[in-house]
Amino acid sequence: MSTMAQPRKWEYVFWPLFATAIFIAFWHYTVVWTATKIFPSPLEVERGFAELTHKGVLYHDIVDSLRRVAVGYLAAVAIGIPLGLMLGWYPTVNQIVNPVVQILRPISPIAWIPLAIIFFGVGDYAAIFLVFLGAFFPIVVTCVAAVSNVPLIYRRAGRNFGLTPARILSRVVFPAALPQILVSLRVALGIGWLVVVAGEMIAVTSGLGFLIIDSRNSGKRYDLVVGAMILIGVIGLVLDTLFRQIEKIKPVRWGFRDES
Amino acid sequence: MERKDSKHLTVPVWLRPVLFLLVLLAAWQIAVLRHPHQLLPGPVKTADGIADLLQHGLLFKYVVASLFRVTWGFFLAVIVAVPLGLVIGWYRRAEMAFNPILQILRPISPLAWIPIAILWFGVGDLAAVFLIFVGCFLPLLLTVINALRSVPEVYINAGRNFGLGPIQLMRRILYPAIVPRLMTGLRITLGVAWLVVVAAEMIAVNSGLGFLIVDARNAGNRYDLVVAGMVMIGVVGLLLDTGVRSLEKSGALRWAYAEER
Amino acid sequence: MSTKTAMETPTTMTASARTKLRTDSVGMIFDRDGKSLSVLENINLEVSEGEFLCLLGPSGCGKSTLLSAIAGFLTPTSGEITIDGEAVRGPDPRRIFVFQERGVFPWLTVEGNIGFGLGKLPRKERAQRVSHYIQMVGLEGFEKSYPHELSGGMKQRVEVARALAVNPDVLFLDEPFGALDSITRLIMRGELLRIWQAERKTILFVTHDIDEAVQLADRVVVMSARPGHIQQIVPIDIAHPRDISSPRYLQLRDGILNQIGLAHKL
Repeated sequence: MSTMAQPRKWEYVFWPLFATAIFIAFWHYTVVWTATKIFPSPLEVERGFAELTHKGVLYHDIVDSLRRVAVGYLAAVAIGIPLGLMLGWYPTVNQIVNPVVQILRPISPIAWIPLAIIFFGVGDYAAIFLVFLGAFFPIVVTCVAAVSNVPLIYRRAGRNFGLTPARILSRVVFPAALPQILVSLRVALGIGWLVVVAGEMIAVTSGLGFLIIDSRNSGKRYDLVVGAMILIGVIGLVLDTLFRQIEKIKPVRWGFRDES
Repeated sequence: MERKDSKHLTVPVWLRPVLFLLVLLAAWQIAVLRHPHQLLPGPVKTADGIADLLQHGLLFKYVVASLFRVTWGFFLAVIVAVPLGLVIGWYRRAEMAFNPILQILRPISPLAWIPIAILWFGVGDLAAVFLIFVGCFLPLLLTVINALRSVPEVYINAGRNFGLGPIQLMRRILYPAIVPRLMTGLRITLGVAWLVVVAAEMIAVNSGLGFLIVDARNAGNRYDLVVAGMVMIGVVGLLLDTGVRSLEKSGALRWAYAEER
Repeated sequence: MSTKTAMETPTTMTASARTKLRTDSVGMIFDRDGKSLSVLENINLEVSEGEFLCLLGPSGCGKSTLLSAIAGFLTPTSGEITIDGEAVRGPDPRRIFVFQERGVFPWLTVEGNIGFGLGKLPRKERAQRVSHYIQMVGLEGFEKSYPHELSGGMKQRVEVARALAVNPDVLFLDEPFGALDSITRLIMRGELLRIWQAERKTILFVTHDIDEAVQLADRVVVMSARPGHIQQIVPIDIAHPRDISSPRYLQLRDGILNQIGLAHKL
């Protein structure tokens, strides 16, 4: 859908740069005009960044955050997908389990922090547990929906060719549900990334979330706060973009035709 | 005749989830009883905790406080994001221009804004409302932009064919066409708001369910109240979700959901 | 080939063959919102081996339900369905159901789809079969393509080939060409007849298109709705290839039009 003629090639580069430049200029001059001492200007953020990189702190914080996300997320995938497939496959079981899932799901992973600390103590495992919780429920719920959305005729075709239930699940239902499952995995990865940052602000003493809260508490270094936020945004974007590459492979491409 | 026998054994459908829940609660209780030195409370203590909160009138007060913040943050986000999304989605160049900034801001956890929220608004309701606004605004904006992009060209051409001007086109074609997706987006975003408010309350204010959890833990390890708070968060969140879902099912939107089946 | 001889011997070409499939007073009742709805009533059919039978009727007459029941996806509320003297208890790879092209698996290539039912064969034999049927339906060069890269007619060929590849004795086709444009539909009918004559399968074909039924079938089972029942069975005593402007063809078609209650003038 477009309102005007197809944009020219240069416009694809020009407009984003233009808007970003305006944004940064606006930020810079607001800081200058209001003469605030606390909120950093873009230049100060850049300097703060350089300082952190020199110290090598930044690298460790990034690796710590990524490691927690990776472990918690993979655990959620490894448990959530089989469980979701099973619940979708046996609607009677799902009816029984669903209410419990629905009550647990809206509990913010952050609200689990006190319990996470009881279970695992302050440290990596508490943060990993929070990431797991944040990613687990969306994956399970979408898998159930994805399986029950598989058109009846695919299942019938599978039965017709004499497949056992296990093979129908692996050769028909799973591939048919895969595009939807992949979307939920991407969303869950995003949630994992949101949660780890929040978890690190409370439950551990390293990582990008800790960097934010620590920079603020020890000496009001808001240049580092904003710098860390931008870094979180960029890494999140990179994770999302990488994941979208998976959605382009051929056996699932059919499920994404409507999306741009 | 054999059927009749088995009928005595089958449990009515509505009772099964209840039984499952009871089994889980029983398992939890037994696990707690077997490890008496654990800090984690059992379901009985948790129920006591909820009753305790009810007696002191705190439960109601905190639920209202949390809902109040969610309502403000959420509605402000809707009021700003939907019109802005319609405009940005309609002008292709505007979308191109803002896309990189939006994509970088989106994955930043709303909680990462806490220092800035406190800097700008101090410790208090405004900071929490701001965090919820931040948490809701970007997902909503992106939902509207994407929804607008996927409106079939036929609808727009049909609208033009009947001589609608840009404003009419927006009001009579584009807006109704995106409403189903918008509703889904609103429901998901409301869920996000509920997640954010709890987290924000743990850090930035001193009332609400999130505060209850942190306070109960810090002031005397009252883990029964922690879990009671979590249960209430789950229940209220579920009610919010159910409420918006029943809106989605209301008459005018049925067409979109029927198609999905 | 002349229509005259066909008229003098109004038996179908397969009348002497043995019975492949029969339904004995089959009835089907659905529960919809607490009300029970009779969808099929007292269906008695007998299909010979190698026969091409069309189930014809308006939408809602239960013809697809009947086909699903015969294929074993639904269990009739009353009556019995037997194939080769055995009661039908569920779907079976000896009898393949062809949906509209919607039944092609979008996550598999053309090859993958056609080889879907051949999991038990050794790889080499499997590849041979697949390429044989790709050739038969004229999809050479598209082996590695995914369904969304194909046209509707090509997808339909994939589905027919997938069914034929497991060498079933019976094919069930549920309005297989309904979603195709009219030219492709004519071509596909020709190809189906060619395949049927080459492989001599028993075919049950559901359609709401009178011309399609009269062009293809040995016998046309005319059904009508509420509750679905058999109104009449019309033998089509014209030899293949059929001349669709011959007087006998027009006479049979008009007879069915009248039977359904439509005048043949617009």
